Amino acid sequence: MTAAPALLVEDLAVEFRTRSGVVHALENVGFAVSKGETLAIVGESGSGKSVTAYAIMGILDPAARVTSGRALLGGIDLLAVSREDLADVRGREIAMIFQNPRTALNPIRPVGRQIADVLLRHGNVTGAEAPQRAIELLQSVGIPDPARRARAYPFELSGGMCQRVMIAVAIAARPSVLIADEPTTGLDVTTQAVTMDLIGELAAKNGMATLFITHDLALAAQRADRIVVMHAGHVVENAPTREIFARPLHPYTAELIAATPDHAARLEALASIPGALPDLRRKNLPPCRFSERCARKTAACDQALPRIVAGAMHGAACWNPLS
Amino acid sequence: MIPLLDVAELSRRFAVGKTAGRLMRLRRRLAGSSDPVSQVHAVDDVSFTIGKGETVGLVGESGCGKSTLVRLVTRLLDPTDGIIRFNTRDLSLVPARRFARDPDRGRIQMVFQDSGESINPRFTAFAAIADPLRRLRRLKGQALKQKVEQAASQCGLPLELLSRYPHQLSGGQRARVGIARAIGVEPELLVLDEPTAALDVSVQVVILQLLQKLKRELGMSYLFVSHDLNVVRLLCDRVLVMYLGKIIEAGSAKAVFERPLHPYTQALVAAVPRLGHKPARLCLTGEPMSPIDPDPNVCRFYPRCTYRDSICATNMPALERRGSDREVACHFVEKFAAAS
Repeated sequence: MTAAPALLVEDLAVEFRTRSGVVHALENVGFAVSKGETLAIVGESGSGKSVTAYAIMGILDPAARVTSGRALLGGIDLLAVSREDLADVRGREIAMIFQNPRTALNPIRPVGRQIADVLLRHGNVTGAEAPQRAIELLQSVGIPDPARRARAYPFELSGGMCQRVMIAVAIAARPSVLIADEPTTGLDVTTQAVTMDLIGELAAKNGMATLFITHDLALAAQRADRIVVMHAGHVVENAPTREIFARPLHPYTAELIAATPDHAARLEALASIPGALPDLRRKNLPPCRFSERCARKTAACDQALPRIVAGAMHGAACWNPLS
Repeated sequence: MIPLLDVAELSRRFAVGKTAGRLMRLRRRLAGSSDPVSQVHAVDDVSFTIGKGETVGLVGESGCGKSTLVRLVTRLLDPTDGIIRFNTRDLSLVPARRFARDPDRGRIQMVFQDSGESINPRFTAFAAIADPLRRLRRLKGQALKQKVEQAASQCGLPLELLSRYPHQLSGGQRARVGIARAIGVEPELLVLDEPTAALDVSVQVVILQLLQKLKRELGMSYLFVSHDLNVVRLLCDRVLVMYLGKIIEAGSAKAVFERPLHPYTQALVAAVPRLGHKPARLCLTGEPMSPIDPDPNVCRFYPRCTYRDSICATNMPALERRGSDREVACHFVEKFAAAS
């Protein structure tokens, strides 16, 4: 860690107030993404991956409340700034690609106009230049015949094309941080490979820091420099990609790797993870939210969880790590 | 040995555009128009067999006709041409709307993609599993209860969950309900349409192992549709690769994934993310050709193929046998077979 990170998240905690009690969705979430780096957040559904992204972008559900933490982007704390300032930063400095491109795009506006909207708000272009810049952006994300496609509505484009349009919307103002929330879920593997290549190329060209959220460990292994594993709203491990597969420290990470289908030659060799995520509404949640599913649980696990040291190469929030 | 399912030259075309629909057809007839109707060739001249106790995987990208083929085989949709022979009986002669009361309905069952969407939200787990037993086996009372509980426990669904509604169950439990519903009537062929697509890896493993156990215990055959090639590799004996309505490669799952011969299969296998492998650069460029009225003389993969030559634009390659257990539809298969 030489330069200051492009995005630094520290001690983030989020609660949801629901009719059936307070859901402690995130606790002590922290990580850093440097310029040009790709950080993958990996976890099962309900682990808090998307809530983390939404908290950073300030687009949480009204029932949610950020109870502590900072998200520093170039010296600005995104969790503390006013709505107006946040609206200026969002789109210009930090942008997001959503999971389902067809529902995330405006269905009743041509895609070229949607890109132009971002340019007019953040991109220092005049109204006359915007349509032409939008077409150039569509070209840069590899859409054939961009001038014609700019007039198309999202329903007229394939899923892979819509995802490219959304990438064009996100990079229109050349943000320094890009959050991609499951950008290829629901796309074919071949389209997935092309889309991930595109995101990687654009990130390299513009020096963007990429926060890549996925449930697919194998995809994260291929595309990320560093992996953060989340479980039930906690960051359980944070390590460089090569390290995490060679020497996983947290038992949950090890079990997740063992459950990934391409890991095994035979179906019998695949291991499942016993138990389920704990109910995050419980009052008596154990300090380690994995301890109730964990085979390596010791008496020490009832103490407050060890923090992953900021800036450490390889950290795990576990009292009894592997190796 | 006679295969359980023998599909021969099966095709399904859908009319599209301004000429589709009943009113338009009538109007055209009255006007004496003879312009051909535009058609989507969703499934085009597909032949394959599934043996007793065999698991056949079906892979291909979205829009390639996987779902249409599944709906034809499960007799939810009528084919335009072709034969679906099931236990020597030609099911393509039974119209889809009458198949629900056919004695073979119970022998071909289906597990649908998203168990959260495909189970009636106003049915408890018990009612969902009991429904096909009531309709197809005419069971009621104690016999019905016994059979439902047997199916549930075979699928590892705790009996105390039977009174719950789908929204009160976890994703893995709902998947078990979907499977229990299908196996209750003891089908011979189970068609599974991406049964684990909506599940997390840890749950996916359990469901895949359950499916393998059920197949062993009940001696069913599976047609397993998935876009996850890793899962297909682990579960299936044979695999069919589809591209724009046609089967372009077929063979044993292990061999196809280790040594894909068709250029599309090569790209598909290369695109699968794998731990410890750098992403492959063998990517598909361009957009697939339109499935509406495709030229019957052009290889369907032509616009995206890196190896294409002039013959590919004038001659559609047929699915031809290569060795003991492989079929490939490509003019240059000799070259790939020699290279690998």
